[in-house]
Amino acid sequence: MAKRFDVLVVGAGPTGLAAAQAAASHGAQVGLLDAQARPGGQVWRHDVRHQAPRAAREAFATLDNVTWLAQHSVVANEPQGLRVETPGGSELLGYNALILATGARERLLPFPGWTLPGVCGAGGAQALTKQGWPVAGKRVVVAGSGPLLLAAAATLRAHGARVLGIYEQASAATVRRFASQLLHWPARAAQAAALRARLAGVPYRCGSVVQRAHGEAQLQGVEVDGPRGTQRIDCDLLAVGYGLVPQVELAALLGCALQQTGKHPRVRVDGLLRTSVPGIFAAGEITGIGGLAVARIEGTMAGHAAAGFDQEAHALRAQRDKARGFAALLDTHFALDPRIHRLADARTIVCRCEDITLGELDGFGDARDAKLATRCGMGACQGRLCGSALAELGRFPRSGSRPPLFPARLATLAGHTSLSPSDDAYRGS
Amino acid sequence: MSACANYDLIVIGAGIVGASCADAASAEGLRVAIIEPGPIGGGATAAAMGHLVAMDDDPAELALARYSLRHWEAFAELEEAEFSRCGTLWVARNEHEYQAARTRSARLASAGIQAHLVDAATLYELEPALRPDLAGGMLVPGEAVVYPPRVARHLVQRALARSATLYAGRRVVALPTGGVRLDNDTCLSGPVLVATGCALPELLPMLPMRARKGHLVITDRYPHLVHHQLLELGYADSAHGDADSSVAFNVQPRPTGQILIGSSREFSATDAEVSPAMVQRMLERAFAFIPALRGLQALRSWTGFRPTTPDGRPYLGAVPGARDQWVAAGHEGLGVTTALGSARLLVDLILGRQPAIDPTPYAPSRVTA
Ligand SMILES: Cc1cc2nc3c(=O)[nH]c(=O)nc-3n(C[C@H](O)[C@@H](O)[C@H](O)COP(=O)(O)OP(=O)(O)OC[C@H]3O[C@@H](n4cnc5c(N)ncnc54)[C@H](O)[C@@H]3O)c2cc1C
Ligand SMILES: Cc1cc2nc3c(=O)[nH]c(=O)nc-3n(C[C@H](O)[C@H](O)[C@H](O)COP(=O)(O)OP(=O)(O)OC[C@H]3O[C@@H](n4cnc5c(N)ncnc54)[C@H](O)[C@@H]3O)c2cc1C
Repeated sequence: MAKRFDVLVVGAGPTGLAAAQAAASHGAQVGLLDAQARPGGQVWRHDVRHQAPRAAREAFATLDNVTWLAQHSVVANEPQGLRVETPGGSELLGYNALILATGARERLLPFPGWTLPGVCGAGGAQALTKQGWPVAGKRVVVAGSGPLLLAAAATLRAHGARVLGIYEQASAATVRRFASQLLHWPARAAQAAALRARLAGVPYRCGSVVQRAHGEAQLQGVEVDGPRGTQRIDCDLLAVGYGLVPQVELAALLGCALQQTGKHPRVRVDGLLRTSVPGIFAAGEITGIGGLAVARIEGTMAGHAAAGFDQEAHALRAQRDKARGFAALLDTHFALDPRIHRLADARTIVCRCEDITLGELDGFGDARDAKLATRCGMGACQGRLCGSALAELGRFPRSGSRPPLFPARLATLAGHTSLSPSDDAYRGS
Repeated sequence: MSACANYDLIVIGAGIVGASCADAASAEGLRVAIIEPGPIGGGATAAAMGHLVAMDDDPAELALARYSLRHWEAFAELEEAEFSRCGTLWVARNEHEYQAARTRSARLASAGIQAHLVDAATLYELEPALRPDLAGGMLVPGEAVVYPPRVARHLVQRALARSATLYAGRRVVALPTGGVRLDNDTCLSGPVLVATGCALPELLPMLPMRARKGHLVITDRYPHLVHHQLLELGYADSAHGDADSSVAFNVQPRPTGQILIGSSREFSATDAEVSPAMVQRMLERAFAFIPALRGLQALRSWTGFRPTTPDGRPYLGAVPGARDQWVAAGHEGLGVTTALGSARLLVDLILGRQPAIDPTPYAPSRVTA
């Protein structure tokens, strides 16, 4: 039988935490689930060495009033509810209202050498480092675009990495214009200043793009193209990320209408964060990349609305709109330089699961056609990474997804709630 | 239709069947046009397991399968075909099924297809992952699996290299006398071959066709768990029975090391959505034969529709009551296996030659007579 909640929240980042708290404040029975073992999402991810920020600790404290479901991954939608995989089996979770707070993933773009061990996403490097990945003493280049680079570099440094430099693709002039706008956002300005202080002595170069990663079996260095020409930097690690894209797969699986912004889809919502499917709400990054402030306000709005308190939700709209204004500022100032779209050449691998190069996709105008002919997008990630990259490169949007949302045990798809001892016996070879 | 581009044969639909026909016709020197609105091989062909298998319960189907399987040998070395001769191992749960396997292997052998019984001990040597207490089985060592959509693409490209013309992204909307009309109002003239699978009644409403939905699930890579295409001997009951819905144990090792799990059959489901209930039934059936499947990681599930005629045999031949109209459609769950033979049979009929196998059982006139 399905467990049932008044309000079920998927994703325990700042959005989901705020949503759960707001819904629970009205006395609703709230379930909050996340695939991770700890709440916090991307920004407030548990750090093995450092204490969580105060806002995060306060948000975690509200979990007392909600049913916290750690290591619960939604893998499919069934008539009675969501099929959720757990380490010990699976569950079916029913709801009266559902809040999707599945957040964003990094926009990773292919360039020659990007699949070498030692190259990873900027957010990915930050997450791994917080989880205890040893970076002490490693020479690290941080590159890509947006404020996430500063945050990633600060975490890496706090864990003992030698950050050789931060290479931002936006030009110095745009970054200056952006900085001058920060006057209107004192809290953001303070945040930025604090980050810069933690990064004292680390060069921050604008108009600079990593165009190639060198190495045989392991990263040895990168080639950076900047305003003063091309330079080679020897390093052990490259953390490169070009901002974020909304993770809309679960929403799409549930039938929620999506809307295209630029080259990537986001979940379409109305003023009360209702999706096109009755009873399903979406908040935070999946409704458009907006950052921490937007996430927390929208989470709260969705929590109120899902519990049936529309007035309370409505009251936050102006505040949310203002916070979205900052996101728009980021969007315009850190827009990608077209040369980034030209970095990958015909031999650059685009689909890492199936080892498909960009050249192999020449002549295909449609993801499905390309998939059937080349296997591009058929692997474990089901086109999440290559699909976003190919959309970004202007090739074609990703093709439709099917259950499971993430690789899941066959026993889970078969509806087994507990694993029999033999189920994990076969590990292949 | 004098202002229209003229061809010796206009093939409508580029699934595995239409692609095979276009290939065979162009090899005979015919000037061929191919019309396909979607990706090549993007219909039922893209959903299929790609198992090349002879079913022996209908002599006509067996003759067509055997004839086709011979032609598949020409693709054994073709990279795009992803041809893997894993053989088919039919599993008997009990003595009754084991005895049935005896009859079946004799029937296959008399049709020239090598098949032999395997006792329980041999069964577990061949497939240690099978659950205990099975009675034995039947091994058909020459059978193989392929990757159907890429074969369809290869066949179309081969036809194009012989100067066939592909009308890609176009759909046939009508069959006026002497040719076809496309959705952009272009007309083509010449003899027509309709190979539109489940969509057949849209162009030829007098030929009944039902779409029989199937589900498949594919796993991550587990290269040494199973070695043969595995089916339960009761499979034919699911495939050829008329129950509204049924499942059967049908598991395939892909050349990638992945495991492809089928199969389900439903007549009344018309949407392409993956049905959790059906997937659950199908997987339970598979677990009952291979318990170790339960812990494997699934990557994707999908559905497809088998074009199914009232008697389960394909329509291969002249469209009743029409001139210069031919049909090749309705291969149910065997269309990949039988596409190559179907195409040769049809091209022989079109050219007025005697086909290598008796065409009468497939004549479309059987349903309109
Ligand atoms: C032998 C073989 C091996 C294969 N191996 C793999 C593999 O390893 N990995 C893999 O991913 N695939 C594999 N496939 C499946 C292949 O990717 C699919 O393309 C197959 O064609 C059918 O899948 P699909 O229905 O999901 O549609 P796709 O070919 O992916 O096309 C998507 C279509 O389905 C529609 N769609 C998506 N979701 C829904 C929904 N919920 N309800 C209704 N329509 C929907 C979309 O709108 C779109 O039209 C394999 C296929 C074959 C034949
Ligand atoms: C789940 C599943 C598993 C299967 N497994 C196997 C297996 O292991 N072995 C096996 O042998 N068979 C298998 N089959 C059966 C096999 O897939 C089919 O019999 C075969 O693909 C049918 O091919 P087709 O070319 O007739 O149809 P399709 O592949 O559907 O091709 C028909 C084409 O016609 C086009 N079309 C439709 N209308 C028009 C129009 N008006 N104008 C122009 N073009 C049009 C369509 O776009 C389509 O591309 C399986 C089927 C399913 C669903």
